[in-house]
Amino acid sequence: MVSLLDIIGPVMVGPSSSHTAGACRLGLIARSLVAGTPQSATLELHGSFARTGEGHGTDKALVGGLLGFRPDDERLRTALEIADREGLSYRFEKTSLGELAHPNTVRIVVQNGANKATLTGSSLGAGRIMVSEIDGFPVEVTGSYHTIVLVAEDRKGSIARISAILADNDINIATLRLSRKERGGDAFMVIECDEAPGRDADKQLCALDWVRWVRLVDKVAGGT
Amino acid sequence: MYKSLAEAIHDAEKRGITLAELALAQEAKDQGRTVEDIRAALMRALVVMRSAIEQGQDPDIRSASGLVGGDAAKMHSGPAGPLHGTVFRDILMRALAVQEVNAAMGVIVAAPTAGGAGVLPAVLTGLARDRKLSDEQLVSALATAGLIGAVVAERASLSGAEGGCQAETGAAAGMAAGAATELLGGSPSQVGHAVALTMQGTLGLVCDPLGGLVELPCVFRNATGSAIALAGIEMALAGITFAIPVDEVIDVMGEIGREMDVRYRETAGGGLAATPTGRRLAKERLYQIKRS
Repeated sequence: MVSLLDIIGPVMVGPSSSHTAGACRLGLIARSLVAGTPQSATLELHGSFARTGEGHGTDKALVGGLLGFRPDDERLRTALEIADREGLSYRFEKTSLGELAHPNTVRIVVQNGANKATLTGSSLGAGRIMVSEIDGFPVEVTGSYHTIVLVAEDRKGSIARISAILADNDINIATLRLSRKERGGDAFMVIECDEAPGRDADKQLCALDWVRWVRLVDKVAGGT
Repeated sequence: MYKSLAEAIHDAEKRGITLAELALAQEAKDQGRTVEDIRAALMRALVVMRSAIEQGQDPDIRSASGLVGGDAAKMHSGPAGPLHGTVFRDILMRALAVQEVNAAMGVIVAAPTAGGAGVLPAVLTGLARDRKLSDEQLVSALATAGLIGAVVAERASLSGAEGGCQAETGAAAGMAAGAATELLGGSPSQVGHAVALTMQGTLGLVCDPLGGLVELPCVFRNATGSAIALAGIEMALAGITFAIPVDEVIDVMGEIGREMDVRYRETAGGGLAATPTGRRLAKERLYQIKRS
């Protein structure tokens, strides 16, 4: 759903809402998948991101997002220097993800200690984004909600257990998507929430022994 | 938010409210927020828009590559033309100012995008200064503009990489025209005609910035986009109607965008970017950015 505040907004550092603000938001999501500033990041740029990214500051914006800067943070201008100082080692590559991929797409591989993640995301224009893949699982994450990304064993009753924990923490589920690669394999859940899941909810979800890992993805769009 | 302007216009007229009121009520419902909260967020956007207009009038402002800058200042105090002393010239100056700040990696409000960020603040704040309109009225106008932009996002595109400049400064001009028409007392249906009359004038516009930098022609296209919006506002308020319904104009903008060759969609492969001078300037300036 398009929010009015995504159209009149975001307040951002120029020069391009898709190549700068949207790129920054994709970086922020990659950062939340590894729960902090990564030590290493590979950013594979496709289409217009690859062709005109430098001129638009896409490189600075993606790295700035990885550092936790939001689209209106003026430190985005010097994000590459700040990354060098803060020990974030990044590498840009040009790639082709095929004809069907959105022209502004990036594949990000990040590592923070033991946490590793990959994501593929596109910047749709006006700062709106869509993450289409996390760790090989197809998803649709827009960053317009507080989102929980979770990998668990594919077993009966898992959704009921998880939604009970969220209800106990006074969190309303806006959308829930479940996918798996095979029966009995890993199940991948993307839960978009109206309220921000706090530490307690995170702890309780992590404590379930059949849950492999949980990541909280910050709300980065939708009139924050 | 609404996916059809015709539907929004119908609902507003049936309920006897403005499109701004309709948009705010719908957004409140969609996002689970209060109308006051959304108005406060739009007010913060208005403050950033005004601040960019101020900063952009500095004669010494230069873009990241140095290709553009200082032209809003010329529009402010340069020699007189046929529009000297009019709100029209003031609006052109404001559009240049915001876009020069954007090109300098300054802080702006994407409305709907950064590349088209000059048009809406220029038209609205320019008219507000001329007509002594309040901030409350401008916040309502921003809501109307947001509704129009949301419909364009749903039906067509707001991305130069997807739809060319018609999806950026073209959409911005349509939003500004619709919002200003309501601001100046136009009915919801006149708003629809203002959007259609404006966007018919930007159909087919390509996105061809030198070196892929949001600098040239983007800064100037925000000024010419504002001029087209003013033409749309003037025609709609005069009672002129456009025979093709506004949703169909928006749909065809999306279609033209999809059929547009990739060279004309923010890849610096065609248009002004691919002229001999465009290529030479881009090469020099990109080299300069890398060295700095």
